[in-house]
Amino acid sequence: MSGKEGTGGFRKRKHDNFPHGHRREEKDNINSSSVIIMSFKLFQLELDTRHDKYERLVKLSRDITIESKRTIFLLHRITSAPNREEILTESEAKLDVVRQKIKQVAQELIGEDMYQFHRAISPGLQEYVEAVSFQYFIKTRSLVSIEEINKQLIFIEEDKEEETKVSSDCPKSQHHSWSLKVTPVDYLLGVADLTGELMRMCINSVGNGDIDTPFELSQFLRQIHDGFSYIGNTGPYEVSKKLYTLKQSLAKVENACYTLKVRGSEIPKHMLADVFSSKTEIIDQEDGLS
Amino acid sequence: MSVSEMFITLQGVLTADQDIREEIRKVVQTLEQTAREILTVLQGVHQGSGFQDIPKKCQKAREHFGTVRTQLASLKMKFPADQYYRFHEHWRFVLQRLVFLAAFVVYLETETLVTREAVTEILGIEAERERGFHLDIEDYLSGVLTLASELSRLAVNSVTAGDYARPLRISAFINELDSGFRLLNLKNDSLRKRYDGLKYDVKKIEEVVYDLSIRGLSKDKEATGDGEK
Repeated sequence: MSGKEGTGGFRKRKHDNFPHGHRREEKDNINSSSVIIMSFKLFQLELDTRHDKYERLVKLSRDITIESKRTIFLLHRITSAPNREEILTESEAKLDVVRQKIKQVAQELIGEDMYQFHRAISPGLQEYVEAVSFQYFIKTRSLVSIEEINKQLIFIEEDKEEETKVSSDCPKSQHHSWSLKVTPVDYLLGVADLTGELMRMCINSVGNGDIDTPFELSQFLRQIHDGFSYIGNTGPYEVSKKLYTLKQSLAKVENACYTLKVRGSEIPKHMLADVFSSKTEIIDQEDGLS
Repeated sequence: MSVSEMFITLQGVLTADQDIREEIRKVVQTLEQTAREILTVLQGVHQGSGFQDIPKKCQKAREHFGTVRTQLASLKMKFPADQYYRFHEHWRFVLQRLVFLAAFVVYLETETLVTREAVTEILGIEAERERGFHLDIEDYLSGVLTLASELSRLAVNSVTAGDYARPLRISAFINELDSGFRLLNLKNDSLRKRYDGLKYDVKKIEEVVYDLSIRGLSKDKEATGDGEK
């Protein structure tokens, strides 16, 4: 019953609501259940409304996650070549799309207690933090602050048409701007995920023969790791769980730097790049010579 | 801002958060204590002699609810009003328990189901979310479900105490509750799990009613009707 009743049943009930009340009054004279049944009808409406909103938010959160993941993949394609700027602009466009989704989330949450629906949107927000901070790192080589992220999540209304569509639940709404705040915990978890991406970026850049990035990354990762160690178990359980993966990522990056250093001392600096990546180039050159 | 500065700020936020939780936990503990006391008072009705002075027990329980009101008022002060659901888990259990106790008292007094508004009044909290510390609908429903299993127990014990009419009234009440809950489309959560237990309470009471009716112990008119079910 519950499966079939989904959205269709809900809509029908919503329309039937008033005639229902009248019809039932006749029945009520027969069975005395009026008061209880009547109040449960209201409960049904309230619970269904709440569940529907939750489902809509879960859907939005999934979309946010997917789009953020794609942005991260896109950013991994940067190989310090001239495509850097191009990819960065493209990622900015992608993140704008994500922010539009977050705007919808913010609109769903107007007048609600955000924490009531937090579980629905938390995964999406974390992924978004990961994507934004990754992009920010590539641009500026530093960690984006939670204030910076929240600043980008304030939406100001420009489109009139959109407003009427959105605020149908609360007409004449005085909200001309919506905002969504990423909670400190979501931010922390997103940053913890970021370290995994940085590790991949480090290994990739070694593969590309970039010998400066790994050292920058290891230093940055170490700072983040220190930060997390400072928080320790003050934070919730999920944060301390991520600490383990963070350590693994850090170890990998540090090992990569170690290898670079050891090999670097054996081989003259100007040839170091060749050792790691440009084997193809060497072969090409040799081909050319012969 | 450097990375370490950022983490220091965040750590401060998290510590403040933990302090709030600690405060809440303390108040919730006192609430749980009061709830246990009320429960002890009300458990008296299951004893054979307890059926006579139900009004007195209800009266006593209602006095305890005065303590609950002050304790809930102090709980309200422990956190920002718009962050109810952030800390909801801490008092969820005790609030459900209190709803059950209030519903039990009201049932014993008037044999009706307490409304959500009436519960909020007894507990001294708000009915709607917009106005502050309120009663979540799922918590209310959970409390009502606890009432159902308590009443199925009461039906058994009232027979033992020689009160043969009460099970029939309880049966009608629980059946009504059951059809009420059938109207809800529950998600697969804790409320749904507890609702799944309701059918056993219904069954239990029907058995009691059946036992009474085949032995001719239910003299009421409606009793035969209920018994034939």
